[in-house]
Amino acid sequence: MSKFLKLSLAFGLATALSGVAFSQAPKPAAGKPAAVTAKVGLGRAALPEEIKAWDIDVRPDGTGAPVGKGTVKQGEELFLAQCASCHGEFGEAVGRWPVLVGGRGSLKHDNPEKTVGSYWPDASTAFDYIRRAMPFGNARSLSDDEVYAITAFLLNMNEVVKDDFVLSNENIGKVKMPNAGAFFDDDRTTAEKHFWTAPCMKNCKTGEVKVTGRARVIDVTPDSKTGPKVE
Amino acid sequence: MSVQDKTPQMSRRGVLRAAGLAGAAAAAGGQALAQAKINPAKLEPGKPDPTITDIQDWNRFLGPGVEAAPYGKPSRFEKETIRRNVAWLTAGTESSINFTPIHELDGIITPNGVCFERHHGGVAEVDPAQHRLMIHGLVDKPLVFTMDDLKRFPGRINRPYFLECAANGGMEWKGAQLNGVQFTHGMIHNVWYTGIPLKTLLNEAGVKPNGKWVLVEGADSAAMTRSIPIEKALDDCLVTWAMNGEALRAEQGYPLRIVVPGWEGNMWVKWLRRIEIGDQPWAQREETSKYTDLLADGRARRHTWVMDAKSVVTNPSPQKPLKHKGPNVLSGLAWSGRGAITRVDVSIDGGKNWQTARIDGPALPLCLTRFYVDFDWNGQELMVQSRAMDSTGYVQPTKDALRKVRGLNSIYHNNGIQTWLVRANGETENVEIS
Ligand code: HEC
Repeated sequence: MSKFLKLSLAFGLATALSGVAFSQAPKPAAGKPAAVTAKVGLGRAALPEEIKAWDIDVRPDGTGAPVGKGTVKQGEELFLAQCASCHGEFGEAVGRWPVLVGGRGSLKHDNPEKTVGSYWPDASTAFDYIRRAMPFGNARSLSDDEVYAITAFLLNMNEVVKDDFVLSNENIGKVKMPNAGAFFDDDRTTAEKHFWTAPCMKNCKTGEVKVTGRARVIDVTPDSKTGPKVE
Repeated sequence: MSVQDKTPQMSRRGVLRAAGLAGAAAAAGGQALAQAKINPAKLEPGKPDPTITDIQDWNRFLGPGVEAAPYGKPSRFEKETIRRNVAWLTAGTESSINFTPIHELDGIITPNGVCFERHHGGVAEVDPAQHRLMIHGLVDKPLVFTMDDLKRFPGRINRPYFLECAANGGMEWKGAQLNGVQFTHGMIHNVWYTGIPLKTLLNEAGVKPNGKWVLVEGADSAAMTRSIPIEKALDDCLVTWAMNGEALRAEQGYPLRIVVPGWEGNMWVKWLRRIEIGDQPWAQREETSKYTDLLADGRARRHTWVMDAKSVVTNPSPQKPLKHKGPNVLSGLAWSGRGAITRVDVSIDGGKNWQTARIDGPALPLCLTRFYVDFDWNGQELMVQSRAMDSTGYVQPTKDALRKVRGLNSIYHNNGIQTWLVRANGETENVEIS
């Protein structure tokens, strides 16, 4: 408490009351970084081994990719054994589990198929995600080499890399994904500027207002038996 | 989702009475049946009401004592106030979603037990004594905190915020699909959070000048991750351990969750265990494969974090039909991720004419806001809509106006104006109109 009291007093924010210090942190303006304020001194230093154990994210440029490699061929065997029961032998999916392969050229259609090949902008995302979350229900059970191999296989099935491709920490940041150029940052404040408007209150529509669609016709509300497949 | 299914639980005598009436009504034909179900009290004019003239069990006998429910539950007559899922949406329940029963709730606070759930690998059952929060990356000093550490930080705060899944209404892009406001708008909840600003922890570790992005990660079997820009992290994000005054529910991230006010629910990572500072976003699966908004031309918006202003009438709605002519209370919710709700307008003629609703309770920024219109219903067909406006001047668009910009394949961020068709018998349907 004494260190805390001293620090608080040093910043002129404390009121000592019956031996207890009360501090009020100044509130910085919204969006501005907080001014450098005193450390409270809670927590302990994170050890390198601890950071290594948890820091498993891989960025599009390959930062964070662990040393290792795997081939398409190795990946195929692993995929059939560990993944195909849900995602299908060809990544086409069993039942309602996610589709992983195909869908190229479908993004403008009525039912776009968003897969690793047709939609994902970065190969690193597949490696990162499979490593952290798959196989579903047994996460973190694959070795890094196995994840490289499975990712290589998925990229190959999606016709992103050739049959003899070896994916590794060296080249994962360099794989060119077919849909990489299709993403752009949120532009709603300009593209949808017309939604900032003065709303109409009276006689806003001419003619009779007609019902054009009814949920009842489709009838997929949960107490009904069947439903369409959606993402 | 018919009117009959929703008959409330009744007392023993009530059941007998209703059965007798239903029999009589059935004989008189379908129309009478509908009326009897809607308004049974009307069929006994002049007769004393047995709920008054008879002595009820609860008026005579002792009820359960104080030990009966160490942690209380809602009345057994409120069995309809439950989360529900749409089973056909997903392959299993571990990666799935259910919906808040917003048609059964009032005011602005969502009770903890009915806050909708979205998990990607089931509910992690985390022992708080074994939970750690790590901060590392572009910081002066990587740190590890225990739950006890976090609760000793000065500057603890309490804030109410809505959390809306970006996919709320996602099934409705191509047209009216689900008959119930719980299913069309129920991926939302609004609770009081207790915790500390994320800024406090970032300050403790000391963010390096090139630290521009924050990765947050959960301890669950999906190890959920999202990238958050440092400006937001330093502005109003909270690291929280309590909701509505009690510890977080397991399904809401017990023991620790990050709160990202006004931004899509997927970013509010549950079971928060790791915060990494970097100089670029991480392009995680949840910000590329998912939570990007595919437009008609095949391109996709990414980093669409803010939830646009939105509102919906919760009563009447398909699960809450009108039961009585005469005085009625129309009620609904409005919210915006950009600021406070400043006005809500309601139309009963499908958007031709609008009147401004009465807001009751606080209209706080990034928080659910409750509105009412007290009205007389003479039994005519209604096309009920609501339209929210926020403190930035944004006006909730029609579904068609949204589709014009975004096409039909966006899945996420559907904040278009909802239409409920109230028919002459009070039944209410999800419709689209011209
Ligand atoms: C038990 C069924 C099951 C198995 C086995 C399984 N997965 Fe999955 N997979 C899922 C589910 C469920 C999801 C979606 C999880 C979610 O909602 O977050 C998913 C998602 C994915 C995705 C992301 C799909 C997308 O479009 O975003 C990839 C990639 C993937 N799995 C790869 C694999 C690989 C590789 C394996 C084998 C190592 C595997 N999965 C094993 C069920 C399974």
